[in-house]
Amino acid sequence: MNLLVNGDKVEVPDSIETMAQLIKYYQLDKKVLIVEHNLTILNKEQHQYSHISDGDKIEIVNFVGGG
Amino acid sequence: MLDLSRFSRQLLFQPIGENGQKKIRAKHVLIIGAGALGTASAESLVRAGIGELTIVDRDYVEWSNLQRQLLFSESDAQNRTPKAIAAKSRLSLLNSDVKINAHVMDASVTELEQLIPSVDLIMDATDNFDTRLVINDLSQKHHVPWIYGACVGSYGISFTIIPEETPCLNCLLETVPLGGATCDTVGIISPAVQMVVAYQVAEALKILVDDYDALSGKLVSFDIWKNERVALSVAKVKKETCLSCGPNRSYPYLSYQAQTKTAVLCGRDTVQIRPSINMDRDLDSLSDILAKSFDGKMAKNPYLLSFDTGEHRLVIFKDGRVLIHGTKDITEAKTIYHKYLG
Ligand SMILES: [Zn+2]
Repeated sequence: MNLLVNGDKVEVPDSIETMAQLIKYYQLDKKVLIVEHNLTILNKEQHQYSHISDGDKIEIVNFVGGG
Repeated sequence: MLDLSRFSRQLLFQPIGENGQKKIRAKHVLIIGAGALGTASAESLVRAGIGELTIVDRDYVEWSNLQRQLLFSESDAQNRTPKAIAAKSRLSLLNSDVKINAHVMDASVTELEQLIPSVDLIMDATDNFDTRLVINDLSQKHHVPWIYGACVGSYGISFTIIPEETPCLNCLLETVPLGGATCDTVGIISPAVQMVVAYQVAEALKILVDDYDALSGKLVSFDIWKNERVALSVAKVKKETCLSCGPNRSYPYLSYQAQTKTAVLCGRDTVQIRPSINMDRDLDSLSDILAKSFDGKMAKNPYLLSFDTGEHRLVIFKDGRVLIHGTKDITEAKTIYHKYLG
């Protein structure tokens, strides 16, 4: 499956069906994130229901604390 | 009459101009933290001609700071000069018209509550979310805008918070990030710092000249090594139920319970730090992160993880508590805590 993640074209395994699975695939599941799926910002509960399909546009911002 | 000639290139820049320059000159900015972000912000703002700068930091200069923290020199590291003091002496050489107040102290609720009401803008340059959430509540309480900025590795993030306009940090965070990667566990490169500071200072100048329409309104993040950039419109994330900025606000991070508790353990040369929120620390992920720096100096069982930095030994409990052995100084202990645990 091809996705546009943070502006880059990426190919991810077809077994990924939900946003929660994609986040886990990127090993971001323990991070505090803001996720936008096709221009809609999701809250955390929506990640497991949000279905991902070919060509979707996804933006992921990870909150970090360093300075 | 103030001589504006040194600002000629900034005056030529139409959105600032002479009128904007006078506004900048009338403003007082508070920078919380004098590390990589804080020193770079301070240098830009002092050169840009702000009227007054207050800078707060609890730490002293170390050799490992010199790679990315502007304003500091080898002699500061040699002498372990407090960062706020070293920053002030360098800044005074760059623009002696700016009034600079340097505070060597831990920025907790009491200290910040005294500083924030009299400033026009707060620049975030801290290294932890505890302090940021305090800044966030005080910004709402006293109607002072603040600019979040943070970085680690080659990644950075920034967002400008205008009370009554934008979502606040508490709206954006669904949970408080804990035990993530820090500059002392996965490193940091200078261009990531400079990029965050560029976003923060550009937004600061817009606020200082009252050009609010020019503000980005976006949560910006980037990875300068992976060549990624994201800018999210987050206006809709503003929550009516937010306890920091909503109509039923209670400023939760200003309450005694919400503050990180510290205690010196009698006769043990040890400080205990108990985080503000009850939590279950993920010791497995933490040991993965720390293994890179402390391989062989780390021990772990199901209840705790301990490691040795050479000068101090840290013991991290699953219930969140951290013991820092080798110091009786609470401020030093907090510095070490945030260094390794974020
Ligand atoms: Zn809020």
